[in-house]
Amino acid sequence: MSSPAELSRVDQGQAEGSDGLPERFSDPGLPPHVPRSADLDEAAARRAERQVATLFGVSMMATVAFLVAYFTIDLDAYAFIPGIGQASLSNVVLGLTLAASLLCIGLGAVHWAKTLMPDTEVAEDRHPQRSSDEARKDAVNTIAAGGSASQLARRPMIKYTLGGALGLFALPLVVQLAGGLGPVPGAELSTTFWRKGMRLMRDPGMTPIKASDVTVGSVFHVLPEGIDRSEHPLEEKGKAAVVLISLDPADIKVAKERNWGHEGIVAYSKICTHVGCPVGLYEQQTHHLLCPCHQSTFDVTQDCKVIFGPARRPLPQLKITVDAEGYLVAAAPFSQAVGPSFWERG
Amino acid sequence: MSPTTTPKGAEGLRADDVKPQVPAKGAKARVGGLASWVDDRSGAAKPMSYLLKKVFPDHWSFMLGEIAMFSLVILLLTGTVLTFWFVPSAGQVIYNGSYVPLRGIPMSEAFKSTLDISFDVRGGLIMRQIHHWAALLFTVSITVHMFRVFFTGAFRKPREVNWVIGTILSLLAINEGFTGYSLPDDLLSGTGLRAAEGFMQSVPVVGSYLAYFLFDGAFPGEAIIPRLFTVHVLLLPAAIIGLFTAHIVLVAVHKHTQYPGPGRTNDNVVGYPMMPVYMAKAGGFFFIVFGITALMAALVTINPIWLYGPYDPTAVTAGAQPDWYMGFADGALRLFPGFTEFDIFGFTLSLNVFIPSLIVMPLLYTIAGAYPFIESWVTGDKREHHLLDRPRNAPTRTGLGVMAISFYLILFFAAGNDLIAIKLGLSINDITRTFQVMLLVVPPLAYWVTKRICMSLQRRDRDLVLHGRESGRVVRTAEGRFFEVHEPLPEYERWTLVQQEAHTPVQLAATLDANGVSRPSTRRQRLRAKVSSFYFADGVDPVTPAELAAAHHDGSAREAIETGQDSEPQHWVGQLHGGADERPESDAYASHEDGVKPDHTAAH
Repeated sequence: MSSPAELSRVDQGQAEGSDGLPERFSDPGLPPHVPRSADLDEAAARRAERQVATLFGVSMMATVAFLVAYFTIDLDAYAFIPGIGQASLSNVVLGLTLAASLLCIGLGAVHWAKTLMPDTEVAEDRHPQRSSDEARKDAVNTIAAGGSASQLARRPMIKYTLGGALGLFALPLVVQLAGGLGPVPGAELSTTFWRKGMRLMRDPGMTPIKASDVTVGSVFHVLPEGIDRSEHPLEEKGKAAVVLISLDPADIKVAKERNWGHEGIVAYSKICTHVGCPVGLYEQQTHHLLCPCHQSTFDVTQDCKVIFGPARRPLPQLKITVDAEGYLVAAAPFSQAVGPSFWERG
Repeated sequence: MSPTTTPKGAEGLRADDVKPQVPAKGAKARVGGLASWVDDRSGAAKPMSYLLKKVFPDHWSFMLGEIAMFSLVILLLTGTVLTFWFVPSAGQVIYNGSYVPLRGIPMSEAFKSTLDISFDVRGGLIMRQIHHWAALLFTVSITVHMFRVFFTGAFRKPREVNWVIGTILSLLAINEGFTGYSLPDDLLSGTGLRAAEGFMQSVPVVGSYLAYFLFDGAFPGEAIIPRLFTVHVLLLPAAIIGLFTAHIVLVAVHKHTQYPGPGRTNDNVVGYPMMPVYMAKAGGFFFIVFGITALMAALVTINPIWLYGPYDPTAVTAGAQPDWYMGFADGALRLFPGFTEFDIFGFTLSLNVFIPSLIVMPLLYTIAGAYPFIESWVTGDKREHHLLDRPRNAPTRTGLGVMAISFYLILFFAAGNDLIAIKLGLSINDITRTFQVMLLVVPPLAYWVTKRICMSLQRRDRDLVLHGRESGRVVRTAEGRFFEVHEPLPEYERWTLVQQEAHTPVQLAATLDANGVSRPSTRRQRLRAKVSSFYFADGVDPVTPAELAAAHHDGSAREAIETGQDSEPQHWVGQLHGGADERPESDAYASHEDGVKPDHTAAH
């Protein structure tokens, strides 16, 4: 028997193999098999059989119901389903009958396996994953013999030219793919549809905006005049979208912002400088513009500086003025690239 | 085969072929006839009977991978059906179908055909919904299956390569999901593509070129939908099916791992044969998975693109979230601070986008893929393991796993920071800041807590083995003291709690060799010894027979948990720890008549 001192920290497993005891417990082997009721009682087995057959039967009926529903239920029919609300009747019935047809097959098969199929566990031996030493040696020899039979080592010219050819053959495929994928961006990312003198148009509707109609606190989604007739309207909109906000001039804290606007009406790019979502949420009381994608927040009174969120650059401002008829127009194109950052935007 | 010739090569495989027999009559003859026709031409009988006899162990957690496999089949079936109506084109048309609110609206053909599938094709909506639900189930089951494999140590030799294949499959699956939900070209998915274009642009030096190559020019262009379609229905499925096949073949080659238990060793696999039990169970389970997916598709709307409307680069919906499996990447974007964008020499380095969008995901997957190799280096364990670890018996690994999951979950929930703000009426700024702090603080904490919980569970196992189970039988001694009798664990139950190995960290080799010559350890060796002792620190080892004997017969063998109050004589204590049942009933109280003071620690 070990002395108390040696055993003072038995939770650390220091007591081993003393006093003729083995170092470790030994595996008692598989526990005895406990038969199920269906193994012992034929009535229970027959009951299980009936249950399985019932499930398969229900599956068949559900399949027939699916077919009937497929041909009879009008696609426009809607039904009120408690807990779900208004739903397409066809979708609900087709889905439920399909689900019943599938589930009953599955449940029936599993029930069959669990009640009637043998449940005595069997053991299969494992063998080490590696091949035998002879097999390994044989493989190495085969490769070596093949290598020397091909005379690859003796004839270096073949070796190097083959290497070169195999190294290069994929190049045409890669070049074709890469070269054909798309045009180089050029200056496209840095320019927008806006030109000097273009009217600011409401989006949607494409009607011009009279400066005198813009009340303090109002906000407009704006596109440049003529963008819907451009060659690629979606691509142009993706860069040229602008949000027009009317502030009390006294609230504007940056002189440049005031000068680039018109009597407190200022226009900023609507494309977030983070990853390009439209900065769609304007909070009138705080003058904050919020991007709903990643919550970058821009303060309109501070030249749309980022005051929160993952963006870093302020939204670019569009310099605006009014034309002879009093409509808001761009005084100049954007002075910098709009939208997400890219390496050469500067 | 004559006895003088030794079978060689391929001929050897046929050595024990059975000679063709005269077929029996009736139905059996027909099957036999067909089977021998096939076998005459393929030799399939031997591999088939091997496969049909193959034994699989039974455990609920082994069905997680099955769910992934079956969801993949469902996805292939329903996906093929959807391609018959889906038009992968960004060409603009005016909608004139049966969904009234969108009539007269310009939209892409992709969006219009998705509306048609939802409203004008019989059973089209149910197929779309099953497809989308199955995609979510596919990614969920892959993830949870991965957790199971990790926490049970199933990735250890010889399965490291299969673990790597699995991580690649997981990565492919979430990208397959992304390309899939981007196809309908609705407002939500278009916003996702817009962000993806922003990710491309953020790549240093070549970003704008990558974006232009991918989108064939300016965003959105007309190329991305057909290109994504090809990637979604051809490229990624082919890669997934190929790798999945390799994955499942390796499972068969390695034979399935099993949980420890009586009769289950590292050299066998205990369970039920493929034929008929798993044929019925796994086959039935396919129908159950398919049925439940159909049930969800029948009752719960998913991705109602008709409510979002067609994509328009100037519009956006509030509460824009990707499908769940892309949540962690989106959360990373929301948490990564903006000050990590720099202007250097007139160029813009947009790390605030580049790192969370294009680095985090591959980095996390690389770490996951490398883990088996790191762990085997740290533990120095190069043996084959077919017996799974109970997660508590590998506290450091389990802790690291929970740490990774907590990191992932914080990113995941951060992708819903706006929804949380709305639902809970909290400030979005506070929530985001909290998540930023949590991302740094919670994972190490989760590691520590998990490891302590694992060790507590191990100690509980030890306690159970050493002192048995509380029997509920309370015994009153002659001097009026009460204690509860503990029943020792049955042998079969005990084995599960003591079968694991004791821990042994990698030791530094002696700095002096046998001849007394200095042999300094390298920096690498020192690092390894350090990491190894970190990995095995605070290890709780299984009960040994000697400890059990000591706990029964020797008072001083009490658990360290209870030491410090050992004032009573030796012969007392063994019995109070459930020892009463070890003695014949006749002398159960005999030794209590010494008049020693009652043991205040015994009543547990």
